[in-house]
Parts: sequence; structure tokens; C-alpha cells
Amino acid sequence: MNVAVRNTAAKPDVAALKAQAAKLRGKIIQMSHKAQAAHLASSLSCADAMTAAYWHVLNIDPANPTDPLRDRFILSKGHAAAALFATLAMKGYFPIEELETYCQDGGRLAEHPPANLLPGVEAATGSLGHGLPLGCGMALAGRIKGESYRVFALLSDGENNEGSVWEAAMFAAAQKLENVCVVVDYNKWQATARSNETLMLAPLRDKWAAFGWDAHEIDGHDVGALAEAMQNIPNGSGKPVALIAHTVKGKGVSFMEDDNNWHYRAPTADEVTKAFKELGLS
Amino acid sequence: MRNAFADELTKLGNEDSRVVMLSGDIGNRLFDKFKDKHPSRFFNCGVAEANMMGVAAGMAMNGLRPVAYTITPFVTTRCLEQIRTDVCYHEAPVTIVAVGAGLAYSGLGPTHHACEDISFLRSIPNMVVICPGDAFEVRGALRAAMQQDRPVYIRMGKKGEPVVHKGPITDFKIGKAITIEEGSDVCLLSTGNMLPEVIEAAHKLKEKGISAEVVSFHTVKPLDEDKLKQAFSRFKLVATIEEHSLIGGFGSAVSEWLVDSETQAKKFLRFGTPDAFFKKSGEQEYAREVLGLTGHQIADKIIHALS
Repeated sequence: MNVAVRNTAAKPDVAALKAQAAKLRGKIIQMSHKAQAAHLASSLSCADAMTAAYWHVLNIDPANPTDPLRDRFILSKGHAAAALFATLAMKGYFPIEELETYCQDGGRLAEHPPANLLPGVEAATGSLGHGLPLGCGMALAGRIKGESYRVFALLSDGENNEGSVWEAAMFAAAQKLENVCVVVDYNKWQATARSNETLMLAPLRDKWAAFGWDAHEIDGHDVGALAEAMQNIPNGSGKPVALIAHTVKGKGVSFMEDDNNWHYRAPTADEVTKAFKELGLS
Repeated sequence: MRNAFADELTKLGNEDSRVVMLSGDIGNRLFDKFKDKHPSRFFNCGVAEANMMGVAAGMAMNGLRPVAYTITPFVTTRCLEQIRTDVCYHEAPVTIVAVGAGLAYSGLGPTHHACEDISFLRSIPNMVVICPGDAFEVRGALRAAMQQDRPVYIRMGKKGEPVVHKGPITDFKIGKAITIEEGSDVCLLSTGNMLPEVIEAAHKLKEKGISAEVVSFHTVKPLDEDKLKQAFSRFKLVATIEEHSLIGGFGSAVSEWLVDSETQAKKFLRFGTPDAFFKKSGEQEYAREVLGLTGHQIADKIIHALS
């Protein structure tokens, strides 16, 4: 069996990760402003999980984005593409200047992650409920080929409305895909309403556990806790792992937090300045 | 056809360690040999076709050659978005194999009929659509699909259909139609499991002194344009025959080609199923008779068109 070299850092450098998450949020806000693109708040709520994954957990090499032994990270909530694009650029998958082309005519950075176009994007997403089935297939491919990489899928809470998520959840449990980890960005909002008033998700951890997963609730803005939990995959339970990450939509900018208008709104130049001040960015 | 599929798949599985079989909880015992030889490469994905198709795409994106299989409507329209987005958008080399084309499962009712799948699947970019005419064409199609670096859809009948070819088709080529019987008056372009009916139609025509060429037009996408050019220039009548809706299927594809290529058809007939669900009980032969898709009915209609 080919064993990939893991990030061996035992303890995450929480201060560094927090600073990185703030920078990521700043970049996302700038992109949203310039493109006047939607889904800013959805991108901010998962910024800490993205930071934990890309700056601590994932065994990846941006210079070799198709390394067969790399860990796979699927942004199943593809509408948070700005968070993924900013992350990949900051990690060096493509030049940071290319973020200026977000949503511009003829660019590679559309409003959802594309297929076979941009290095580092494992799967084209945007239609919800696709990332986990794809991830299960990737994990099984690794098992069949004797490659021990891990597969992470970041889902939105609204995405848990999709039946295909639960089909995949049962499949992953039956196949004992212990190398698969789902992170649910549980920000309590979907596009137009409170998640639990739309389709009843609660008790969400219990649901994932009942579907055969090793399911845990976690503070989705505790970047250190996220890093440790994700780094611990596979965790010895013999089951796929679900991290129900409690988050705040629009996290990091006081006037966006838990205000669902920011699902679609884009910030003005003044709002960008205010947001940067709050994030401690210049 | 399905036994040939299972047998050929087992052979391919022996030859190529990338071949993986995904079943949507059907084919009881059908895949026993494959399972015995390759237990780590067989997955019963349950009655969860959306997940099965996504899993297949994820495997194909990571170096494997999965085959996703179940009854036609469930492996096509049930999970159409996964086929479009996960498989075709990613250009993932998944081979989708459907059993029960058209009215093969007539007796099971419209939930199990499949007269729209060609229409849906051929409109998706990157997809190849193959409708084999007999068990040997199934083998050829599956083998050819495994050599592709792209998605392929294979639409099979069920089991026990008459075998048309005398033996293995060593030169089966995607997009290259096969002439089964040569003729000089009319050309019958058959796709999929209608082939035995079309051969019968040709024999009925012969009794009336009409010489019919029979072509197994197994690939609906991409079309064999050379064969179409020849057919429309050489024959006084060309007909397409399929067990699929007249909306969007093989006949539609040929009609589109005629218009786009500015080809003049002398006479062109399309045989297929109507824009209606077939709600009555009864087996495939009965359904074909009701819908005018048996060999003798096809022959009669052609004779009428020529008179």
C-alpha cells in the first residue's frame, strides 16, 4: 500500500491559522465587491474550515495538483466558490492576480467551481448533493488501487435537503469509508429561509450518527479544533466521520453576521473598508 | 443481451484491473462470476441511483473504468443530473449500461418502460449513445466503451433476443453502422433491440419483390454520417426503426442530420413509439403489435409508402 506523507504537525498553530482565516475572508470580500457576486455570507461561514483544511490538514502539493496520493477536498457547497478560489490562489495553485478575473468574461473563475479547467478543483460543484457521492467514488478508487488518501467534502446545511446526500451517507457507512470526512457548514440559513424551518435538519448530528457515521458537533469557527478533528481522519472508529460545524453565516464581519440578505448582497467599497477594519486587515 | 453483457464484463474485468462493476440492486446471480473473481471491484449500490452515478464518476475521475448498471429508466432519467454534471461535465469515463430498452419490460408498466432515454442522453455534451442490436453487438459495444476516455451509454434489450450476428464482431467500431443484409430498393436503419423485427420486415418486403438493405445503426451519437449519405443517395426510401419515442430519438437525430447537411430525402419514414405512455398490460410482442412496430407492420407501411 502506498502511504502518502502526512502533515505531521501534531498541534495546529492556532494563531497562524486565525491570521490566515482573516486574510482569506478579506480576499473573499474583495472578490465579492469587485464582481458584485452573490454568496458572500456562505463563503465567510466556511472560511475557518477551509483554512484548517488547506493550511493544516490536507496532504497536497500545489505544484503537483494531480498527485495520485494527494488528499481530496471537495467543496460540495459550490456556491462558496469564492472561498475555494481564494484558498487555491493563496496556496499557489494559480497566480493570486487571477482572482481579479472572478466572474469576468472569458475567465476560469465562474460563480461555481469548474470541471477540468482550474488546478486544485477536485470536482465541479454548484448543484447541491453531488460532492459526497463523488467523494465516495474517489475514496473507493483509492481503496481499490491501494492508495490511502483521504477525502473531505464540505457541505452546506441547506445541501442536507438533497436526497442524494443521504443515499451517499448510507453507502459510505455500508462501505466503511473511514477515509471520508464530511464537514457540514451548519450556519442555520439556506438561500431564502432558516434551514430548520425549511426542511427539519435537527437533530443533525443524530441524523448522521443514525446513518452510520461517527458524527460530532464542533465549533465551526474554532480553527484549531477543526484542524485537529480533520487531521485525525481516519479516527479509528472504522466509520466515515461527520463534523457538524456550528457556524454563523457571514462570520467575521459584524454587519453581515446572521443576516441572510448577504446570501445574495455584495458589499460596497465603504463596506469593504469597514469589514477590513473589523478583520484587522489593512 | 444481459447474459452476454455479464459474461463480457467478466472477461474485461480479468483483462483490466481498472474495470469496476456497480449495480443498482439488480442482476441477482448475474454477476456471480465477476464477484467471485473480483470481489473488491463489485459494488451493489442499492436502490440509490443518484449516488451510484456520482460514485461511478468519482471512481472514473481517479483512474478506474466503472460500469453502472440497472434498469433503463433508473440508470438514465432517475439520475439524469448526475449523468450530466458528474459524468459528462467532468468527461469521466463511466460506462452506463441499461437493461430493458424501450418496451422490453412492457409487462412491468410505464414505470419500467424507457422510450425517452436516447433523447435525454444524446443531448448531453461528451456522451456517446450506443444501442446494440444483439448480444454480439453488446459485447462489441462494451469492449469498445472500455477503450474510450469518455462517457458511454449502452442501451440493451433484456435477455433471450434472437442473435443476428454469426459470431463475435471483431471490428466493432463506435459510430460505424453495420450492414446486416444488402439490398437495392429501400434501406432500413435499425437501432437497438428492433433489429430482429427489421430483419423480418426485410424478408416480408422480399416476398413482395422489394429488396431491402438492413443496417444495424448501433451508435446514435455520433451518427455514422457516411452511411447516412450513402443511404439517402442510393435508396428510394429510407426508414429509421427504434423502440423509442419519435421525439428526440434515432429518427429525430437522422432528421436533424438531413436538415443540417442539406440532404434531400426521396422518401423518409420514421418508426418509433408515440408521444403517450403505454398503459395496457401485456408483453413486448403485444405492445409492438399495438404500436405498429412488428416486422410485418413495418413492411406493410413501407409497401404503402412506395405505392
